[in-house]
Amino acid sequence: MADLEDKMPFDDFEIAYDALAGAIDRAGEQKEALFLTKLALLLAHNLKDVKLFQQAVADALKDVEAQGQDSLICTN
Amino acid sequence: MRPAGKGPLDSLYFSYPRFEAQVAPEQNGEHSLHPVVIVGGGPIGMTAALTLARYGVRSVILEKKETFNDGSRAICIARPSMHILERIGAVKPFLEKALGWQYGRSYFQGKQIFHLEMPHPASEKFLPMYNLQQQYIEQYLYDAVKAQPLIDMRWQSDVTGVSDIADKVTLSVSSPVGSYALEARYVLAADGARSAIRSKLGLRLRGENYEGKYVIADIRMHHDFPTERRAFFEPEGNPGGTVLIHKQPENIWRIDYQLKDGENEDDAMREENIRARVQAILRDIDHSDAWELEWWSVYSANTLCLDDYRHGRVIFIGDSAHIVPIFGVRGLNNGLADAHNIGWKLGLILNGLADQALLESYSPERRGATLDVFKNAGKSTRFMTPPSRGWRLVREAALSLSLRHEFPRGLANPRQMQPYTYSDSPITPFANRDAEFSGGPVCGSAAPNARLKDGSFLLDSVGDGFTALLFTSEAGAVKWEKLFTELKAIDPRFVSICLSPEDHEAVEIFAAGEESLYLLRPDLHIAGRWKLIASEEVRSVLMTCLGLKKTWGAKNRQLKKEHTHG
Repeated sequence: MADLEDKMPFDDFEIAYDALAGAIDRAGEQKEALFLTKLALLLAHNLKDVKLFQQAVADALKDVEAQGQDSLICTN
Repeated sequence: MRPAGKGPLDSLYFSYPRFEAQVAPEQNGEHSLHPVVIVGGGPIGMTAALTLARYGVRSVILEKKETFNDGSRAICIARPSMHILERIGAVKPFLEKALGWQYGRSYFQGKQIFHLEMPHPASEKFLPMYNLQQQYIEQYLYDAVKAQPLIDMRWQSDVTGVSDIADKVTLSVSSPVGSYALEARYVLAADGARSAIRSKLGLRLRGENYEGKYVIADIRMHHDFPTERRAFFEPEGNPGGTVLIHKQPENIWRIDYQLKDGENEDDAMREENIRARVQAILRDIDHSDAWELEWWSVYSANTLCLDDYRHGRVIFIGDSAHIVPIFGVRGLNNGLADAHNIGWKLGLILNGLADQALLESYSPERRGATLDVFKNAGKSTRFMTPPSRGWRLVREAALSLSLRHEFPRGLANPRQMQPYTYSDSPITPFANRDAEFSGGPVCGSAAPNARLKDGSFLLDSVGDGFTALLFTSEAGAVKWEKLFTELKAIDPRFVSICLSPEDHEAVEIFAAGEESLYLLRPDLHIAGRWKLIASEEVRSVLMTCLGLKKTWGAKNRQLKKEHTHG
């Protein structure tokens, strides 16, 4: 997790935070899940590192998971 | 199903013959032990019989129905299957009638996001894919069966019992003209997804069921679009569901459409609802002229197979052994490969040229092919029928991104059928020789074709036995005559083909050097290859492929273990 956090200066992170909030509102409640999923796929592709992406998915899933661990990540 | 007022065989374009049940020789007191009895007279059973006949082996086919398959069902014949049909001497009518194709398009919300192009190099004789209704497939195979005196096809003959004992199988057969017992050295169960033989032997298919359902409807219309596979994701005409469109001969079009989640299947299958949905889909492809409804059915994807395709002297081929999703056109095509695989092996065993041990390679090879299909089909099925909200959401996101980005477009690739590579097979003992080559087809893979300097295709010169492709500049390859004579003594159908440096297409495709050798099996898979001939190994591979040499004990045990846990 450390390297994910270390990459971005806090000010830049805050810009990302604001951009995401504004974009979720622009997508609207009907399309917010679709928008966020598109964003995640784009970032995954740009990240060029599937392990880093899987780690981020696992971290984001902490404290929000509705079902058991088995629904976590499909690697195949 | 067919429109109201029509019988199950009232087709717009196909006249179903009716085949009567005949009194069997066994009912007249004749008693014989048949070399092979094939249960099921569909495309797979008939292909097995025609393959056996190439080796002079007689067979009896028992078909429960009185005619060919109602409706259309399987429609895509892949290139490797065309080679099988050619090898059994039946390909001509297929080439005349079927519609060949190599392209496909995928659309999202009406916009094209993916263009599928299946390779079709000039070195290949057949196109990557052909569309033909199953009735014609069965008709053409039956025409070949009828012309073959070694095959005794018995219609309206139902198997009511099976007992598999040490050195023979006894079947109880029931037909409108009576019941009788039939004895066989081997039984091929080609009796389809609901195989009676399978259940009578207490065997079960295992695997996964996918929930998404598709309606399959065949319609007749005059519609001006080339033979391509078209896939529509989230089309206006079928919101919330995918649509597939294929062209078939006789102006028949196959429309597959996905039902929405929670949609009632009985309602969806009612004729007026089928008509309404098809009409809406046709609006999407700008077809406003008249059309007629031919036949429809419903389908859900499954990946199911037997743990072992062989049970003593009973061998399962086609849907009786495995049920695969339709999206990669692997049902019929893998079934044909099963039939051809067991056909040459059993043919050589019953000729006394191969040992029964060769049968041990059937299940690893063909079940291996099924598991490989499952791996690919699972991916395409999750895309075609997303099983949960998560899968649906990522699919929609990926499709939406595909409108402007290249990277997710490959997800819409239907991953069409590719022939399986038997590199782990117990009868591919020298796959390590692949390392000597800088390219070319690997050990166990299906041989590619090539144009020779006289304009003919390489694979046209291959016979029903094993074939050596020898690459050499020496005229006549006198140096290797002794080896080839020895190989011919082991397999009388063996042929050798000498390829000179002037056959540069073949040299390039096979990445061959001076004195390179490829040994092909009767099913055109590569038994072994050597950059520089190693005579002892060539001989050894041929013996292994005939079950005469058990160089593969350890490998086989390992494979069996994998398959048990597979």
